[in-house]
Amino acid sequence: MSASHTHDTHAAGHDDHGPMKGWRRWFYATNHKDIGSMYLIFSLVMFLTGGAMAMVIRAELLKPGMQFVDPGFFNSMTTMHALIMVFGAVMPAFTGLANWMIPLQVGAPDMALPRMNNLSFWILPFAFSLLLLTLLVPGGSPAGGWTLYPPLVLQTGDAFPMAIFAVHLMGASSIMGAINVIVTIMNMRAPGMTLLKMPLFVWTWLITAYLLIAVMPVLAGAVTMLLTDHYFGTSFFNAAGGGDPVMFQHIFWFFGHPEVYIMILPAFGVVSEIIPTFSRKPLFGYDAMVYATASIAFLSFIVWAHHMFTTGMPLVGEMFFMLSTMLIAIPTGVKVFNWTATMWKGSISFETPMLFSLSFLFLFTIGGFSGLMLAIAPADFQYHDTYFVVAHFHYVLVPGAIFSLMAATYYWLPKWTGHMYNEKLGKLHFWLSTIFVNVLFFPQHFLGLAGMPRRIPDYSTQFADWNFVSSIGGFCFGLTQLLFVYNIVSCVRGGVKASDKVWDDATPHGLEWTVSSPAPYHSFEVPPEVK
Amino acid sequence: MPVAEPTQDEAMQQQSNRSLTKKLWWFVVGAFAFGWALVPLYDVLCSVTGYGSKKELLVAAHAAERIDMNRWVNVEFISSVPTVGEWDFGPEQTEIKVHPGQLYEATFHAKNLRAQPVVAQAIPSIAPNPATQYFRKTDCFCFTPQKFEANQQRELKVRFFVDPSLPPNIDRVTLGYAIFDVPQTQVAYVN
Repeated sequence: MSASHTHDTHAAGHDDHGPMKGWRRWFYATNHKDIGSMYLIFSLVMFLTGGAMAMVIRAELLKPGMQFVDPGFFNSMTTMHALIMVFGAVMPAFTGLANWMIPLQVGAPDMALPRMNNLSFWILPFAFSLLLLTLLVPGGSPAGGWTLYPPLVLQTGDAFPMAIFAVHLMGASSIMGAINVIVTIMNMRAPGMTLLKMPLFVWTWLITAYLLIAVMPVLAGAVTMLLTDHYFGTSFFNAAGGGDPVMFQHIFWFFGHPEVYIMILPAFGVVSEIIPTFSRKPLFGYDAMVYATASIAFLSFIVWAHHMFTTGMPLVGEMFFMLSTMLIAIPTGVKVFNWTATMWKGSISFETPMLFSLSFLFLFTIGGFSGLMLAIAPADFQYHDTYFVVAHFHYVLVPGAIFSLMAATYYWLPKWTGHMYNEKLGKLHFWLSTIFVNVLFFPQHFLGLAGMPRRIPDYSTQFADWNFVSSIGGFCFGLTQLLFVYNIVSCVRGGVKASDKVWDDATPHGLEWTVSSPAPYHSFEVPPEVK
Repeated sequence: MPVAEPTQDEAMQQQSNRSLTKKLWWFVVGAFAFGWALVPLYDVLCSVTGYGSKKELLVAAHAAERIDMNRWVNVEFISSVPTVGEWDFGPEQTEIKVHPGQLYEATFHAKNLRAQPVVAQAIPSIAPNPATQYFRKTDCFCFTPQKFEANQQRELKVRFFVDPSLPPNIDRVTLGYAIFDVPQTQVAYVN
């Protein structure tokens, strides 16, 4: 092949630039592995920050009555917890995985646009400093909910423009990250790797990246309108000036619904990598998985108003959004059954990544079913804005997105660090997480069905028992995550040497297992040949 | 350390990366524009479907065709203010019984509690939702912005009738107003 020849002749110019020394390595980083690590560490820090806020929420809700914080601060905590977890923890964590794994999985030497990659990461610390600094300004942090509905959000104090600019920065960062992913996947694949030979993690990320560039700019537009309504006298959402606050909800959820798939599609990709490895079988129905992902992405654009059934839509609108939402259950069902079929007659072993993936499979499905219940428009009038909704989206985001991130971390950590993590500790982390995530969120279904509203610091005494259980689950789940941090740190520092293949997989799949462990600073400078 | 010139393959790769990146940035620009285009699209959709259209809410029929003396409908009046302490605003009578088709007048009182003049706009809403299209206002203080001097109190009138084709299952209609300050930049235009 001619490509290998030309590479040999100029590889000499490349071979001896290893990482730069000291802080320059990180500030000037253009290496996809360095940037990926920074993303992952950043998201872990944000996960713990957002988690600490969740602890404040659960502490206040431990008993009826006001105990620790004032209601305004409580509302700030729910708002900030959501913004930080969505934009600071889950999304950057998946971008970090994309940075690390996509070049390794498609056989590219690096991401296509390394400098933009640097910029898209380094925007994030500024964005989140801006957001966290709102805790200190007069009027406190935004407290109107992460959905930023006007007119409530316009009552935010000095924090208002800071929060809006922080959202702008987060959006810019994700858009650049997404463009980088698309260009890398479309242009940098190793010779022979056709689109339908790509690992599913790459596929799900490609589709996610398209969702990101389609909807993040819409969010940027919506928050800009809030800004001009507040400071420049426009009336996009101001009824007195001829606007309509409900229009904000339409624009927001046109972004917001694809956003929830942005957080879950890469998780589907991760699970589609892990289940075949530990079942020692190829993924069942690869093509169907790809098409199901694409269908979910398409449907995500036409279901947004199921978040707003109670705004007084015409009946025909309610019917349309109810049925289109239920349609999503079909491609999602295809995925769940394909994962199950992959395990069928497989020779399964239960290492930590597999345990987290199995837990994902069960618990994400529970979240999916409660989503179907919420999709029923007449029933939604009862469930709307109750703890049932809180239980639903935490089931798809915590044992869904977050568990898949933990699975991915345990799965690829040996490839990143060259050491095996502590398997016993990993399993302990898994069991405690799985037990307590259910203690934490399952009772919230009961609370919601009994009518407890969300975003309240105090509640009627009839809700006391399940709130107590939920809070205990919350504290234990929070503490359990310190095991995760400890396990990662000790794995980075040392441990049993990992082999290149890492996992005992009868049919190793994925180019990432062909490079040494830890993955060298520069990999695939000569593109591998894919048959 | 000598930096190698990009080879032909690498140059081609960079070229195609650049061109795809450019296309994707245009896609982002398009998505941003689409977000803003949703604002006029929203109004278009409302006027095409007639749902929630301002025209329907504001333009009342000329006169009633017939008065249904055999039917009584309770009309309730409620009010709300966005911020406590800025307005004293409410209906003079909380409920009246009306015959469909007959013209009635209701009075609201509003007092600006602040020490500066303000321009206000009242926004009506009608419950239950299906009754909205049968509630006809022939004249209303909510049709135009209302100017109040500092601490001024005024009476505000609304003239209305209930369309006789109001579905028979509805015997109670609530007319509510929320009063808002008109944004400062639009006050000049109002004056």
